[in-house]
Amino acid sequence: MSSKLFKKIVAETNEYERTPIPDNQLKGNKSFLGMYAGEHTAGTEFVIGPLFVAHGVSAGDLVLGLLLGNLLAVLSWGLITAPIATAKRMTLYYQLERIAGKQVVRWYNLVNALMFCFLAGSMIAVSATAVGIPFNLEMPTLNDWLPRTPGWIVTVLLMGAVITLVAIQGYNQVSKFANVMSPWMILIFIAAGIVGLAQLGVGSAESLISVAKEVIWNGVPLPGMSRFTIWHIIFFAWFCNMAMHIGMSDLTILRYAKSWTSGFSVFAGVYLGHFVAWIASGILYAVFLQANTGSQEFAPGQIAYQTLGIAGAVCVIIAGWTTANPTIYRAGLALQGIFPKVPTWKITAIVGGITSLAACFPALVMKLLDFVALYGLLLMPMGAVIFADFYFADKMGFRSEGALNSKSDFSWPALLSWVLTLGFCLALNFSYGVEIFFLGLPGWFVAVAIFVVLSRMKYPLTNFLAK
Amino acid sequence: MKGLLKIASVIGLVLSIVPPVLFFLGQIELDSMKLCMGIGMLAWMVTAPFWINRQQEDRGPETEEN
Repeated sequence: MSSKLFKKIVAETNEYERTPIPDNQLKGNKSFLGMYAGEHTAGTEFVIGPLFVAHGVSAGDLVLGLLLGNLLAVLSWGLITAPIATAKRMTLYYQLERIAGKQVVRWYNLVNALMFCFLAGSMIAVSATAVGIPFNLEMPTLNDWLPRTPGWIVTVLLMGAVITLVAIQGYNQVSKFANVMSPWMILIFIAAGIVGLAQLGVGSAESLISVAKEVIWNGVPLPGMSRFTIWHIIFFAWFCNMAMHIGMSDLTILRYAKSWTSGFSVFAGVYLGHFVAWIASGILYAVFLQANTGSQEFAPGQIAYQTLGIAGAVCVIIAGWTTANPTIYRAGLALQGIFPKVPTWKITAIVGGITSLAACFPALVMKLLDFVALYGLLLMPMGAVIFADFYFADKMGFRSEGALNSKSDFSWPALLSWVLTLGFCLALNFSYGVEIFFLGLPGWFVAVAIFVVLSRMKYPLTNFLAK
Repeated sequence: MKGLLKIASVIGLVLSIVPPVLFFLGQIELDSMKLCMGIGMLAWMVTAPFWINRQQEDRGPETEEN
C-alpha cells in the first residue's frame, strides 16, 4: 500500500480516548443494532455451537438454557453497563484510570489487551479454516495445539494483516463493515440450520424433535469431553461476554449512545448470534459427525463449505472478520492507556501483529469455551469496581474516582479488589471444584464488597470534606 | 440508481434463504442450492455497500438519527 493512501486512512482517526464524547458524535439505536448484530454473529459461533454438541448437552437444556442465559446477558448490558456509559461517556480505560490510578490501569490494560488479542486471534483462525479450502490446506483437529503446516501460518498471517488494516480505520469503519455484512450473514446462519436439518432427515415437527433429541443434542458427550447441563448453558450464555457487560468493556462502545436504552440493542446480537447461530452451527456439526464418523477434524470453514458451498465458506470468513475487527480495536484502546502518546493507528497495528501470531495456534479454537470464560473472569472485577464507584460512593460514604480526587497514580482498593477477587475465584475452583463457568457471579459480588469496604477505609467522604 | 441497487440487494438476500427452504422441502438439489446461494452472496456484496452506509451519509452524520 502506498504511504499516501495509508496516511489518508489513518489521518481522520479521532476516537476520544481521554475526553467525553461530544454531543455531535452521539449515535442512535440503529448504529448499535448493526454493530452488535455483526459482532455477536461471529466466527466464534461456528465453534461454540459444535462444542456444545461435543459436550453432550441435551436438546431441552440447550434451548431453555440459551433463552434464559441470553436474557440475563441483555439485562446486564441494558441495566448495568449502558447507564454508566451514557452518564460518563468515557472509555473503560480512562474511567478506570480515574478510579484506580494509572499504575493499576497499566496492568489491567496489559491483561485486557492480551486477552483481546487471543480472542481476535481465535476468530482469525476460524476464518482461516475457510480461506484455506481452495489451497487444500490441512485443517486442525480437536487435539491440535500447534500449527500443522507452514501453509496454515502463512494463511493466518495474511488474514491478520488485512483485518488489522481495517481496524486501524477506527470505530466508524468497523461499524460500516458490520452494518453491510450482518443481514446476509444472519440469513446464512439460518440457512445452515435449515439445510442441516434436511440432511439429518427432518421432515416434520415430530421428526425435528426426535432428531434434535437423539441425533444432534443427544446428551452424550464425545470421548474425553465433560457433560454440560442446563446450568452450564445458562451461565455460559450469560457470561461469555462477561468482560463486555458486567466487566464494563462496552463502556467504550456505548459511550457513543444518545440514550442508555441503547444497551438493550444488544438483544438483536445475542438472540441471533448466541441462540440461532449456536443452534445452527451445532446442527452443521452433527451433520459433519454423521458423515465422518470418528473424525477429529474441527474446521468450521470446511464444515460450512460442505453444507452450503462457497456462501458458507465466505460466511465463516466474514463472521470471524466482523468480530476480530472490534476486538482488535478494543485491544488497541487498552494499550492506548499504557502508551497515551503513541497514535491509535500505530497501537492497533502492533495489536494486529500480536493477534496474527496468536492465531497461528489452533489451541485457541479448540479450547475456546474455557478461554472465553477465563477472559471474562480475569477482567470482570474491574467492571465491578466501576459499578461500585458509580452507584455506592455517596451512599456508602467514600469519595468516587478515588485516584483522580486524591491526585494519586495508584489506588489500593481497586488493585486489591481485582487481585483478591481472582484469588477467591481460584480458591473456589481449586478447593471446591467449582467450574470456571460459574465463578463470575460470586466473584462479582465479592469484588463489589471488597471495593466498597476498602474505599471507605482509604477514601472516606468525611476526611475528604474536612480537607 | 439507488433503487436498482436496493432491489439487487434484496434479490441477493432472497437467493440466500429461499433455496435452502426449497432444499428442505425437496424441491431443489443440493448443488443447485449452493449455486443460487453463491449468486445471492455476490449480489449482496456487490450492491449493499453502495446504499447501506451511503444512506447514513446522505442523512448527514449519524448524530442526526433519532
